Formats: sequence, C-alpha cells, structure tokens
Amino acid sequence: MTWDLAVNVLISGFLTGMVYGLMALGLSVIFGVVRVVNFAHGEMMTIAMYACVVLFAAFKLDPFLAVLPVAAAFFIFGYALQAGLINPFITRPEHSQFMLLVAVAIIMVNGLLMIFGPDARNIQVAYQLESFELGSLLIDKARLYAAGVAVLTAGLLFAFFRLTLTGKAIRACADNHLGALVVGLNVKHLYALTFGVGAACVAVAGCMMVLLVDVTPSLGPAYTLLAFVTVIVGGLGSMPGALVGGILIGVSEALAGLLFAPSAKSMFSFGLLILVLLLRPQGLLGKRA
Amino acid sequence: MNRRAALLLGLLGVALVLLPMFANSYVLSVATLILFFAFTGQAWNVMMGFAGQLSLGHSLYVGVGAYAAAGLFFHYGIGVWAGVWLAIAVCVAVGAVIGFLAFRFGISGVYFALLTIAFAEFTRIGFDHLQWLGGSGGLFLRVAQRDQIDLANFRGPPAMYYYAILALTAGALGLCSWLLKSRAGYYWQAIRENEEAAQALGINTFRWKMLAVMISSAMTAVAGVFYAFYYNNLFPEQIFHISRSIEIILGPIIGGIGTLFGPILGAAMLTLLADGITELLAAFGLEIPGVKQVFYGIVLLVVVMFLPNGIWPTIARRLGLAK
Repeated sequence: MTWDLAVNVLISGFLTGMVYGLMALGLSVIFGVVRVVNFAHGEMMTIAMYACVVLFAAFKLDPFLAVLPVAAAFFIFGYALQAGLINPFITRPEHSQFMLLVAVAIIMVNGLLMIFGPDARNIQVAYQLESFELGSLLIDKARLYAAGVAVLTAGLLFAFFRLTLTGKAIRACADNHLGALVVGLNVKHLYALTFGVGAACVAVAGCMMVLLVDVTPSLGPAYTLLAFVTVIVGGLGSMPGALVGGILIGVSEALAGLLFAPSAKSMFSFGLLILVLLLRPQGLLGKRA
Repeated sequence: MNRRAALLLGLLGVALVLLPMFANSYVLSVATLILFFAFTGQAWNVMMGFAGQLSLGHSLYVGVGAYAAAGLFFHYGIGVWAGVWLAIAVCVAVGAVIGFLAFRFGISGVYFALLTIAFAEFTRIGFDHLQWLGGSGGLFLRVAQRDQIDLANFRGPPAMYYYAILALTAGALGLCSWLLKSRAGYYWQAIRENEEAAQALGINTFRWKMLAVMISSAMTAVAGVFYAFYYNNLFPEQIFHISRSIEIILGPIIGGIGTLFGPILGAAMLTLLADGITELLAAFGLEIPGVKQVFYGIVLLVVVMFLPNGIWPTIARRLGLAK
C-alpha cells in the first residue's frame, strides 16, 4: 500500500462522508424537533435516488438539476407524512412510533421493489469518470461536486434555523414544547414543516449519492442504519454534529475498506457507534440533556 | 384467569396437540412458524412488555444461540441437548454484557434500542467473516433421515419439530404467567411504568432490568437452537438481520405488548396474513416481488394507527376474558 493510495482513499471517504452527513442531518433535524426517530429515513433516501434515475432516463436531467424538483417534492411529501400520519403519534410511546415508521419503511422499500425490481440502477454522466489531479492526488469530480452541494445545503439549513422567523419558531418548539404552545405557535404545522425540511435534506443527499453508488431497493434499510450511526456519533439533534459524524463514518469506512475487507467496513461504523454510546452517549458534539 | 378463559385455553391446547393428525405438511410448517414467532415474541415481551426495555436487536440472541449449538454439533458432533445449554450460557453472557454496559452508563429509550441494533449488526458482520462457522457462505447441518424420530440428536419428521416448539411455547406461556405474578414481575412493571418512582421505593432497578435481559436472552437462545436444527442452515445475513428482529417484535406489538396472549395471537395473525396474501396474489397471478410485503406494511400501519394497545386487549374484552 502506498502513501498516495491511502491519501486518495481518505479524501474520497471524507467527501462521501459529507453526503452521509447531509442524509444524517435530515434525521437529526427531525429527531431534534419532533422527537420521533424516522426509521424510514434510508428508504426515503433510496426513493430520491430512484427519482433521479427516472428523471435522468426520461429527460436526461442531470442530478445536479434534478435535485431541485426532487427536493421540492420531498418537502411536500414529508409535510404530508408528518401532518397525516405522524402527528397523531407524537404523544404515543416510542415503540408505537417505531412500529408506525417501520410500516412506512416496509411499504416504501417493497414498493420500490415492485416498481423497479431488485436489479441495481445507476446514472452515467460524463464527469463521473473525470477527476482533478493535484500532483499524485486524484479527486473525483462527481464526488467533489456532491460534497459541495451537501455543504451548501447544510449551510442553507443553518441559515434557515438561525435567521428566519419560521426557523426560530421551530427551534422554540424543540426547546420547549409547552412554552411554544403557550405563546401560540402552531406546533403541528411547525412539526410538519420540520419533517418536510428533513425530507428535503435526505432528498438532496439521495440525488448526490446516486452519482457515487448504484441503487437497489435493499439499500434503504442499510442507509437507515447508517444515518442512525452518523447522528448518534455526531450527537442526536446537533446539526454540526451530523456533518462531523458523517465525515468520521465516511473516513472510517474508507479506511476499513482499504485496510481490511470492504465488506467489513460497516462493522467499524457500528463499533464506533457502540463506543460513542457508552463513553459519550450525547454524541461528540451533542449537549448533555 | 377466569373459568371461561381456562376453558378456551384448554380447547386451544387440545386442538394444537391434535393438529398434526389432521394437517398436511404445509399447514404443519405454517403452524410451526407461528409457534416459533409466538415463542420468540414471548421472550422479547419479557424485556419490553414486562420491564419496558425496548430491544430492537433480538436477532442477536437467535443468531448467537443458533450458531453456538450448531457449531458444537457441526465441529464436535455434540448434540442439541448439550448445545442448548451452551447457547443459553453464551446468550445470557452476551445479554448481561449489553445490559451491564447500557444500564451502568444510563442508556435508555431510543438510545438503548439503537445500542441493541448496533450490537446485532456488529455481530452479523463479524459472523460474515468468521470462516470457522461458515462465514457469509453459511453453515449447513447434516440432514438425517426424516421419517425416524431420533430424540438424542433432535432429528425427525416435521411433526417432532412441531411438538418441540409447541412444548416450548406452552412452557414460555407458563413461565411468563408465573413471572408476571412473581416479585420480579411486579418490580418490572413498576420499572416499566416509572423507573424513578420504582427506584425511590427501594427497587434495585439495575438488578431487575438485568434479570429481564438475561431471562429474555436465554429464552431467545433456545429459539435460536430450534431454528438451527429445524432449518439446518444458517446465514448471518438472514439470522442476524434487523428484519428478523422486526419480525420477532411485530407479533407482540400487534397482539398486545405486555400481555400473555398478545405474542401468540400476533404471531398467528401475522403469519397467516403473510401466507394468505401470498396465496391470494398467486391466485390472481400477481407474483411480483414486494407486493406481499406492501400489503403487510399497510395492514401493520392500520393496526398500529387504530389499535395502539394491540388486538388482544380488545378481543379479551369482547370475549369476557379480561380480569
């Protein structure tokens, strides 16, 4: 193994990790506000990936353009899901919420299986094969652009929560549910908005991920787990934490694939998760409740 | 239990004992599957339904139990009667480690659930790379003659496996009804309802939660051993997968969490539903992969939305079985 190879693998893991981070950010935002763990998160990600594949096959729409309609559609879908299905479950016990979202996830993953079959689909665009050369370093163009979009989206999300009135209202709901009700915020509407925003995040992540990997319906549950690992490592409910967690997971997966077997890569993520849960349960950047 | 409930339970028991005389091999295999999920659901229910600890990684104990007994049989020819104790010992140890770490470090609720998933997934990938037990290619047990009953090696016709899992399910029902009425059962329910209040009353919550995890993992280990010798093949990808954990817990949740008959009723309904959907779709020529699970998901959604406490409490009230 050469030094160059290791650095290349690290950079590639770092960039993929940013996309993981954006996916996890969606989960973290939803949990941080609505306090419901979205067990259908990875399934939503794969739906966005398939949406990109379909748009590309039908209209030759580049994923970097497809991201806008897909994210908008996901926002509406997320809003409807929260308003219609999940809001009545807010006060129910955790296992009941869990079952609801597992049912949604089962319908999603098998719906995809019905429509697209079990075979892998992908998108082929010219810049996927190109790369930037910096001395002996090769950086995939597609991966770099994808990471750029992920960071940009995360930045927009930060701005939304910090600067807009709606964003502040949502944070108020998260900080003090009763207080938000008392001052007259429409909490159910804000919860639905939050779920929509989280869904839009995962849609953007899906559009970027489809440039990097082939998509199959069975990726859904795997991504759900990956998103959990990422947010717990970073800190559930912490927005910078989700990005940091994503980068850590991306790099550790890349390293594990290089040093051991690629198939063992998620073992390291789960090992990391167990360590973090035990030693720092609030996550690396989370605040203790 | 009132007289009416005892009568119904007795009738059900007799019907189940006599079933192999009337049923063909297909019905028998479905019945075996129902009882398998009833048994594992009962085991999970001890931890979640009684003590309120949500485990989403029970496939871990099924898998470890199955591999412990199957490995002993495969490599050393040591039969199931010794293997089951090894499986129980290993699973109780694993459960104790997870429980100790989680409860000592104060991990609860969603975090505890995610920790159990993490351990199950970690172990799944570990077994994928454990060549001594077959790795991802699977571990296969020799299938002996199917028509002779060989109790020493737990080999025989399907009816033998049916009676074995029937006995296990009945035993689990007996154990759980005793546990619920025991000191441990009352302590668990106190912890489930309000852990801080239970602690304030002087209950050593750490110890009783540990007990729940250990009993639950021991029971699930036995289910794993049954699985290994019934199916004769083990793949980490199947046995440790999170979808298996979900299968295990669907029964008790649909049937009614924390109840004695919920896991049994839920397992029966889900298995029959899944098989019914398969048959129905085959009749209409709609055998597209995924259709069955979509229906399954919709039914699940409807039950979770409209019967949040599960089906059994409603039925028990209707039949006049509730206390």
